[in-house]
Amino acid sequence: MRNDRMRFLKIEKRENPSWKVIVGVSIAAILLAFFIIGFVFVGYGINPVKAYIEILIETVGNVYGLTQIIWQSIPLMLCGVGLLLAFKTSFWNIGAEGQLLMGAVAATWVTLFSGFPGFIMIPMIFAFGFAGGAVWGLLSALLKAKFRVNEVITTLMMNYIALNIVLYLIHGPWKGDEMRGFAYTNSFPESCCLPTIGITYIHWPTLLIGLLSICLIFLILTRTRLGYEVKVIGQSRQAARYAGIPYFRTIFWVMLISGGLAGIAGAGEVAGVHHMLRHPDQVSLGYGYTAIIVAWLARGNPPLVILTSFLFGAIYVAGDVLQLSFGFPFQIVNVFTGLILFFLISSESLMQYRITLRRKDD
Amino acid sequence: MQWETWVIETLRRALAYGSPLLLGTMGEIYSERSGILNLGVEGMMILGAFVGFFTAFVTGNPWLGFLMGALVGGAASLIHAFLSVTLRVIQVVSGLALTLFGLGLTGVLGRGWEGKPLRVSLPVFYIPYLKDIPILGPIVFVEQNVFVYIGIGLALILWYLLFKTSWGITIRSVGEDPATADALGINVSLVRYLCVVIGGLLAGMGGAYLSIIYRPSWTQGMTSGMGWIVIALTIFSFWHPIGALGGSYIFGSLFYLSFRLQPWVAPELLTIMPYLFTILAPLLLNLHKKMRRRMGAPAALGIPYSREGE
Repeated sequence: MRNDRMRFLKIEKRENPSWKVIVGVSIAAILLAFFIIGFVFVGYGINPVKAYIEILIETVGNVYGLTQIIWQSIPLMLCGVGLLLAFKTSFWNIGAEGQLLMGAVAATWVTLFSGFPGFIMIPMIFAFGFAGGAVWGLLSALLKAKFRVNEVITTLMMNYIALNIVLYLIHGPWKGDEMRGFAYTNSFPESCCLPTIGITYIHWPTLLIGLLSICLIFLILTRTRLGYEVKVIGQSRQAARYAGIPYFRTIFWVMLISGGLAGIAGAGEVAGVHHMLRHPDQVSLGYGYTAIIVAWLARGNPPLVILTSFLFGAIYVAGDVLQLSFGFPFQIVNVFTGLILFFLISSESLMQYRITLRRKDD
Repeated sequence: MQWETWVIETLRRALAYGSPLLLGTMGEIYSERSGILNLGVEGMMILGAFVGFFTAFVTGNPWLGFLMGALVGGAASLIHAFLSVTLRVIQVVSGLALTLFGLGLTGVLGRGWEGKPLRVSLPVFYIPYLKDIPILGPIVFVEQNVFVYIGIGLALILWYLLFKTSWGITIRSVGEDPATADALGINVSLVRYLCVVIGGLLAGMGGAYLSIIYRPSWTQGMTSGMGWIVIALTIFSFWHPIGALGGSYIFGSLFYLSFRLQPWVAPELLTIMPYLFTILAPLLLNLHKKMRRRMGAPAALGIPYSREGE
């Protein structure tokens, strides 16, 4: 036995931390990340209080800022809820970025080369976007289930492959007729551009699909056999095998949906925002990676993705503010997300324990 | 024969192109052998690349650049060590966070340093007599930079430490069966901390190699997935430093070829080669079921250890 003489604090395992604890600790973790970033501001000679006030005013402080946040949260929501499903199955899909890009590629093909009649164009853009992302995701699922290749590596490598495919297309076969310094494809015809709400950037069809897919995944998880299988596999792949749940079939559906939703996000970006396929860094501002945290923060609850994608949409807009008002590179967003993730996972593990004072005779 | 010089040139350059991968992979091997999966290699490498470049640029001393690059990699790995060993968080997520953080931070700090050529020089070797050995001579002993040899030397040392000394047995036992190691009086946490930090130091050094030797300048995101290839290479090399030598040089030749073949194939498609190979290589290895069993994956890899036995 261990000598516990020195211990006066008793650390107990907490069975199920209450909602209040989870929300409180999560908010504390996010605030702590903001606090640390404050030091980065100080390092650049910027008053952090002033910077945060400016950010608050420019993001949630006015209508334009709010519409910007909703606009930025669309791809995060789609990728995030898909990843949530994958993570529930303990399938570490880090490839939403590549799946998004392949969705964008497929959607671009539809608009520029398919020759579908105008009235089915927009449904086709989304259908092909879904298919592009799904195929990209399914490759990793296949490799994992049939050849036991680690999905973290394959999904990530597929990101880099997708990135280079986009670069190849915009520099090579799909190069636009007019080029002003940068490579991009021809602009999409009017009939292929998604409608937006008023003068905002919000391309509502994509937003609507995002909200519907959150409902869909909520229903899948709570009401269907697939949802049950997902949860069992997520708990223990071995238990699932004993229960006769076929791993590949479940992973197939999960990655079809997860990759497909990321693909729709990509279709939305090219058809709703850029109206062309351009450099991958512009098509996706790292949405696929940020969505990992969007999904993680929702802790397995699809409806919460609305909230978490809004939060990270706000961080993206804050990144814009920092870029415009203070000359920070946009990469500051990744510092935010990395730090928030650090604090969140630490809090996750601390939440499992309750610290109480220990009596000596205990 | 023309193709002969072609092959020899490719292999010669493979050593130089593969060295940053070799450094990173050896580090990850140590980390994983002790049972800690660190997916933050990309982040540690990019931090090492920026700090290495910055130091070498400001001081004009490339050696100092390598030192600082390694140190910042080691410091970054401490975050992962604390989270995964002490707080026992999910190692996949912690490593990802480290990668995001490293890429973001260097993107912020590195702005304004892009596109500045680094004019420092490290010794380049033409080794007399040895370079006259047929085939091997012109590959290994002609015009190689000093860190190619440092990499090979480290591989031999780290292999010896891991497989021929009691320290190595300690590390491997912690990765295989931490509970038994603990019962034998080994400080599991300390061993894991040390191994993760060794991983960080080497990843940082690999990053510095990129910005000081490979492409002597700083570009944001210049690791471009090399850290992830390192993770894959750790598996291909069967968690063995000598295996890492072979694997890294295979990838080194792919990287070299992706430049060399550009007159004939679109550069973007060539860039895909190493990534594609990373995905396909396990398929080839997978054909040998028996090999899989002997592979040497640490049994406790990725599983946090606590005495309560979770």
